[in-house]
Amino acid sequence: MVRLLALMAFLIMGAVASFATHAAGVPKPMVKIEGSGQCIAAAEEMRLNHMNMLGHQRDRSLRQGIRGEKASLIGCVDCHASKSTGSVLGKDGFCESCHAFSAVKVDCWQCHQPKANFKATGTAGAVGAAGAVGAKP
Amino acid sequence: MTEPNDKSRRGFLGAAAVGAAGLGVAAIAPGLHLIEVSQASAPGKGASSKVRWGMLIDTTKCASDCNACVKACNSENGISEVLKDPRQASQWIRKIDLKDAKSGITHSLPMMCQHCEHPPCVDVCPTHASMKRADGIVLVDRHTCIGCRYCMLACPYKARSFVHMTLTEQNPEVPRGQGCVESCTFCVHRVDKGQIPACVEACANAEHNAMLFGDLNDPNSAIAQRIAEVKTTQVRADLKLNVGVRYQGI
Ligand code: SF4
Ligand code: SF4
Repeated sequence: MVRLLALMAFLIMGAVASFATHAAGVPKPMVKIEGSGQCIAAAEEMRLNHMNMLGHQRDRSLRQGIRGEKASLIGCVDCHASKSTGSVLGKDGFCESCHAFSAVKVDCWQCHQPKANFKATGTAGAVGAAGAVGAKP
Repeated sequence: MTEPNDKSRRGFLGAAAVGAAGLGVAAIAPGLHLIEVSQASAPGKGASSKVRWGMLIDTTKCASDCNACVKACNSENGISEVLKDPRQASQWIRKIDLKDAKSGITHSLPMMCQHCEHPPCVDVCPTHASMKRADGIVLVDRHTCIGCRYCMLACPYKARSFVHMTLTEQNPEVPRGQGCVESCTFCVHRVDKGQIPACVEACANAEHNAMLFGDLNDPNSAIAQRIAEVKTTQVRADLKLNVGVRYQGI
C-alpha cells in the first residue's frame, strides 16, 4: 500500500512537472528561411496545406505526366535547404525541425533527395552493375 | 487517379497497334488520325495518348565490350549503391551477350523494361502502384508500392529490381528508396522536357548509335520510319504484350 501511494505520488509529481514544462512552452522550432524570394503561397496557407498541395501534385505529375506545377518538392528543397548543411533535414533543417516539434513523421526523404542541387555519382553503381552483368546470364 | 487502363480503350489501341506493328506506316490509315499525332507532351498538359514512346535497338551496331548505356543509366538515375550481394543490385538496364548454339553467331544487346502495351506487372499489382502512362511509359508509383514484388515475378523480361538498402544518393528528379520495386522509366523526367533517355544519348556519344528513341505513333519520326523499312523483332512476341522496345538484327 505504501508502495502504491509512493508510486501515485511519483506519477502525480511527474504530471505536474510535465505540465509545468508545457506551461513554460516547448521551445518552438527555429525555422530559418535563408532563401530569398517569395513562397508559392502565404506562410499560413503553406503551414496548413503543404502536404495536400504536394500530395495532389505528385499524383498528377507521376501518373498523368503533368509537369511544372507550382507545388513541387524539388522547389521546396531548392529554396529551403540550409546554407550550412545544404539539406532540409537535420536538427535545424526546415522540414525536420518543424516535423519533430509537431511529432509528424515525414517519409518523403526515404526516396526524395533532401539536399539542394545534389548530383549522384552513379559511378560506384556502374562498377557494381557492370560486375553483375559480367556474370553472363 | 486516372488509370489509362479501361477495357474499351485497350481494345481499340490493341487493334490499332497490331496493325501498326505489322505494317508500319500503311496501317495508320483507317483508325488513327494523322494530324493529331504529336511529338512531345506540352508543358502543363501531361502525357498524351496520341504518343507511344518506344525504342529501337540495332544489335548489329551494339558492341559487346561497351557498357556506356548502363553507366549513363546509373549516373542519370542515381544508382550508386554497391550491395554486398551483387545479385541484389538494381539493374534498370543490363547488357546481354547472346550466342546461337548452332551457327555460333553472337549478338550483344541492352535489355531493360520493354514498356509493354499490356504490361503484366500492372495487371498483377495489388495497389495500382505499377501503372502505365497515357503515352505508354510504364512506371512504379513508389507512394503506393508496398514492395510485394509480384510485378517482378510477372515481368517476362526480368526488368524489375527491388531496392534492398537505405539510399541517400538519389538524384532530385529520380526519387528511389528502400522497400520499393523499380525499373527503367525511359528517363521520363528527361522525356517530359523534350530530351532523349540517357542511355540513347550515351550510345550515340560512344559513336555506336545502336539505340533510337521516339514516338512509334508518329509516322514522321525516325523510329517509325525505320520500323517501316527494316525487319524488327519484339522479344517474346508470342506473349502479345506489344512491347515498346524493338530489336533489329536478332
Ligand atoms: S517489361 Fe516488365 S516491367 Fe516493363 S512493362 Fe513489361 S512487364 Fe512491366
Ligand atoms: S512490388 Fe510494388 S509495384 Fe510491384 S506489384 Fe507489389 S506493390 Fe505493385
